[in-house]
Parts: sequence; C-alpha cells; structure tokens
Amino acid sequence: MQQINDFAGRLGGVYLLPVVVAALAFVMIGAPSSWVTLTVAGLAMGMMIFLMASGLSLVFGLMDVLNFGHSAFVSFGAFIAASVLAWLSGWLEADAVSLNIAALFLAFGAAILFGLVAGWFFETVIVKPVYKDHLRQILITMGALIVAEQMILAIWGGTPVSVPRPEFLEGSLLIGDITIEIYRIFAFLLGLGVYAALYLTLNRTRIGLLIRAGVENREMVEALGFRVDRLFVAVFMLGSALAALGGAMWAGYETLITPALGAEMMIVVFIVVIIGGLGSIQGTLLGAIMVGLMANYIGYLAPKLALASNMILMVAILLWRPNGLKPAAK
Amino acid sequence: MNALSQTTTSGTKAVKAAVLLIFALLLFAPFLFQDVRALEVAARVCVFIVLVASYDLLIGYTGIVSFAHTMFFGFGAYGAAISLKQMGPGWDAVVVGALAGMGVSLIVAVAIGLLSLRVKAIFFAMITLATASVALVLASQLSDFTGGEDGITYRAPALFKTATKLMLDENGKVLRVFGVKINGKLAAYYFVFFSCLALFVVMLRMVGSPLGTVLKAIRENEARAEAIGYRVVSYRTFVFCIAALVASLAGTIYAIWLKYTGPDTALSFAIMIDILLMVVIGGMGTMWGAVIGATMLVLSQYYLRDLMGAAAKATVDIPILPHVLDPDRWLFWLGIIFILLVYFFPKGIAGTVMAKGAPR
Repeated sequence: MQQINDFAGRLGGVYLLPVVVAALAFVMIGAPSSWVTLTVAGLAMGMMIFLMASGLSLVFGLMDVLNFGHSAFVSFGAFIAASVLAWLSGWLEADAVSLNIAALFLAFGAAILFGLVAGWFFETVIVKPVYKDHLRQILITMGALIVAEQMILAIWGGTPVSVPRPEFLEGSLLIGDITIEIYRIFAFLLGLGVYAALYLTLNRTRIGLLIRAGVENREMVEALGFRVDRLFVAVFMLGSALAALGGAMWAGYETLITPALGAEMMIVVFIVVIIGGLGSIQGTLLGAIMVGLMANYIGYLAPKLALASNMILMVAILLWRPNGLKPAAK
Repeated sequence: MNALSQTTTSGTKAVKAAVLLIFALLLFAPFLFQDVRALEVAARVCVFIVLVASYDLLIGYTGIVSFAHTMFFGFGAYGAAISLKQMGPGWDAVVVGALAGMGVSLIVAVAIGLLSLRVKAIFFAMITLATASVALVLASQLSDFTGGEDGITYRAPALFKTATKLMLDENGKVLRVFGVKINGKLAAYYFVFFSCLALFVVMLRMVGSPLGTVLKAIRENEARAEAIGYRVVSYRTFVFCIAALVASLAGTIYAIWLKYTGPDTALSFAIMIDILLMVVIGGMGTMWGAVIGATMLVLSQYYLRDLMGAAAKATVDIPILPHVLDPDRWLFWLGIIFILLVYFFPKGIAGTVMAKGAPR
C-alpha cells in the first residue's frame, strides 16, 4: 500500500485524480468518440468554473474573507457581456473575423472592467468594516448578494436574455466521427491562459511572492513593511474581474441566461472551492476540472444522478481529505 | 453581552412587554382580526417565530451559520404532505408524516454535523448551502413523490375543515362567539398557536438550562470551552440536531395549516433569506428577538408591500420615485436595511433595546 502511495505521489499525487476519472469513464462509456466529446465539454466547463472560483479562493487564502456575494460578479459579468454583444450585433454578423474578435473582446473587456470597479467598491464599502468577524462577514456579503440580485432583476428584468455568439465561434469541428464545439475549445484555451498567467504571477513575480507570503503569514509580511491591505484590495479586484470574465464566458456558452444564473453558479463555485481546498489556485483548478468532468460523465452515464453528482463528489472528497484536495499551506 | 448577566434592565422589561403584547395579539387573533388574510398572517407569524427561534439556537447561541434550515423545515412539511396525500386525512398520517420528517432531518443533521462541524464556521456555511440546494433540486425533480414545482395539495384531518362545526347554538347552526364562528378553521389556528407555543417554551427552557450556558461559552470562546472539558463538536452537533428537529416540526405544523406544500412555501432559498433577516432584525442570541423579528417581517411582507404598491401608484407622475417604490423592489430595500443593521446594530432590535439601561 505504501509503495502504491509513493508511486502515485511521484506521478503527481492528487493531480492524477482527473486522469483516473477520465480513464474510468473511458471504460464505462465504451465509445471513444462520445468520450472525447464529453471530456472536452468537461474540461471547458471546468475552466470556466475555475475562472469564477479562483478569485474566491485567493481572497479567502490571503485575507480569511469569504465573500458570499462573489456570484454577483459572475451574473453581472454575464449580463454586461450579453448587453454589449447585443449592442454590437452588427459587428458579430459581419463577415470579417477581426470585427467579430473586436466585439468579443469589447464584451469581455466591459465585464472585466465592471469586475474591477465593483470589486474595489465591494472591498472598501462592504467587506472592509467586517474583517476578522466571520459571522458578520457571512451575513453582510449575503445581504450584498440579495441587493445585487435585485439590481440585476431591476435592470435586465426577470425574463431570459439571449446571448449572441460571434460567427467564428459558432459550429463545431469534425475530426473523424468526433464532434467538438469550437466555443468549448475557445473556453478551454482561455481558461488555460488565465491559469498560466495566474500561476506565473504567483510563482515568478515579486507581487506573487508577497501574495504567497501573505497567505502563509500575514503579520510577518506586514512587520517587514509591506502594505498587505493594499495588496488585498488588488487581489480582491482581480478575483472579481476573473469572476466577471467567467460569467461572460458562461453567458456565451449557455447562450440563454436568466437572473438565477448567479445563484446556480454560486453553489458550484462553493463546491469547487471546498473540494480544491480554500486558498490555493492549483486546488481550485483541480476541483473545477473534477466538477466539470464528473458533471458531463455522470450526465451521460446516469442522467438521473447528474443533479446530485456534485454533492456526492464533495462528500466523497471531504471524507477522504477533510480540508480539500490541495489546501494552501497554512 | 448582556444576555449573560442576570440583571433586569428597563430595556429588558420593554422587550418582554413587547413579546407579551405579541403573544396576547396572537392568542386572540381570530377574535381581533376577523378576516381570512389576517388569520393567515397570524398563523405564519406563529410558525416563523418557532422557525426563527430554532435558528437562533444555532446562529445566536452557538455561533453556527447554517443555510440548511429551510431544508429541515421542508423535510417536516413534505413528510406531512406526502403522508396526508398517500394515507388520506387523518391523525395517523400526521403522526407518521411528522415522525418521518423528523427522522430524515435527524439523519441528515447528524451526517452534516459530524462531517463538517469540526471545521471552520465558514466551511460549514458553504457545505450547508450546497446541501440545501441539492435538496431543493431533488424536491423539484422527484415529481412523482413530491409533486415537483407544483407541490402537493391534500386535505387536513377532519377536525380542521372549515365546514366542521365544533359547537352548535340552539338552532343547530355554528355557534358564534363575538361574531366568530367556532368552526374547524378556528381549531386549526389554535392547533398551530399552541403547538408553536409549546415548541417555543421548550426552546426557552433549553437556553436557560446549563446546556444553554455551555452553548454560549462555545460561542464566546471555543478553545476555552474545550479546555474546560466540554466536547465542543458533540455540543454543536447536538444543538444542530435539536434545531433541525424543531424546524422539521414547524414545517409539519405549517403544512397542516396550509393544506399545500410546494418548493415555494417550504423549501425555497427565499425562506432561508427571510429567516436570516428575521433573526438579524430581531436580535441574535435573545430568543425574544425571534418573536419580534418574525412578527415585524411577516407583517411587513403582507402589508408593507401593499403600501409600497399604493405609494408607487400615487407617485406615477414623478420621474424615478415609482420605480423606487415598486413592490417588486421590496427585497432590494430589505437587503440594504439588512446590511445597515449588521453594521450598526449587530445585536438587532431586541439586543439593542435590552442593552438600554444596563449598568456599564
């Protein structure tokens, strides 16, 4: 048993989990073409969830603040991107790919900009007065979530909003008998890009060094003369912007969004953060990919179970590792 | 914390007087307010007082934040609903339903408690939120069993039918006392009232007992309570189970009163938000706060919205005001009030008033 553990540890430890799940699913599904489609869908979904969850996890790791209102950024991002895309629908239908891309980036840019501004506002006005008081933190951010959801209802109304997609992301690739939606590849690549950027920032730059040090021992970093609170505002803004971007991506993926989107995603995001372990980017990515893969595999293998799949996954992982798969070193 | 001291302040007296007034109003509600809607409101107040008080056991007395409280409420409601539907209206069905609801609540509460009460409060809040959402989804998906989104309509035991005549006058018609028909509706209301009263008194006794003191000790300083020799995890799990059982019973009572159970009345997240608002507005950790908070919020839910609608109509000509006063914006304003309360009056109405006149 010990040898098996060591061997698994050398190969990558808990990072092997998605591979194991994918391999198991391959055996159970039997048809390689649908397996590839499902896996790509799962990875794409995982990456989008990762975008939404990473900010929450980082913020918690650095400042011990859990923002229950995080999903408000997701839904605002989704709705703002949808509005911008609808406004630029002329560009989207144009034949030129450059115009398509410009419209898409404007939409994402608007969502990110909103996330930054709203994140700053949220941090300074809502969260700052209740640092270190978990009970009031939960209550206040929950109150903020209620207000934000009501604002979305007031601005966009209760009816579903359809999201136009740019031409060049429509349709799907055909490789042999395997069909892959282009938007999924796009989502996966974008998520991977963001993960790489986050990973490099955290591990290769001075700011990242400070953030990691702050996660590990905040007082020490402050004692050395660094302004951790300013750093925290920046991380909070970044996390909110990522959540808004994730929401925007999700809007394009679903193509029809309702104000209930935020509440639905909040549950998934929480489950991902719990599975991954609070405070670590790697853990969040792992959790997000696991949730994405499981949702797609179980949805195909046993549709009746699909609703509870996230919950079963969470319970199983918590029984195995009570602090999540890869918690931040603390 | 004033709740720990034994001295009676003038503020405490005021709070208790207010609670006594609410009690008296609820006791005589069918005679004081003789329309159907008012009785509906009174019954809802009774049930929510119990529900909020049981939540207060968790959040106010023990410092546990759970988002699964409506789930337990829903278990009780659905237990009664399903058994009344399957077995027909009768007391046996009520008992079976209540016991089934309590059984499921107990099992789930023990599972959640043992699995996650060891970890940080914040973790627990997230896990309960996830569990509750799964329960909600399950209730709307297992439509053969729960009636799905439409819910279940059923008949209550014969005693509670409006047509049941409890007392007859000399002409063989339903006896009227002060103009109120002594019929099944009245019996149903007093069933709700007295069972809620009993549950509330039990909880009141519990927080006054040594157990309540231990819970407060855990809330104030967990490590110290553990060091003195109390098993913190056991106490937490225990109180979580008690709160779940009480919530489940409250659900059963409400299901019998409404004769309808669906996701909106028993399981939706909106109810969880209501409970949270009531406990914070009323005052955490006082029990009396639950009474005040539940009464105020239910009253404003039923009557303030009408007022807002009327105000919005009256101000149609003024540019922004009608939108601001739209009854649909009601939750928006409530949310803002909630945030301000948590900032400035974290003790809520009861806590703030009770602190008045306290020796400093």
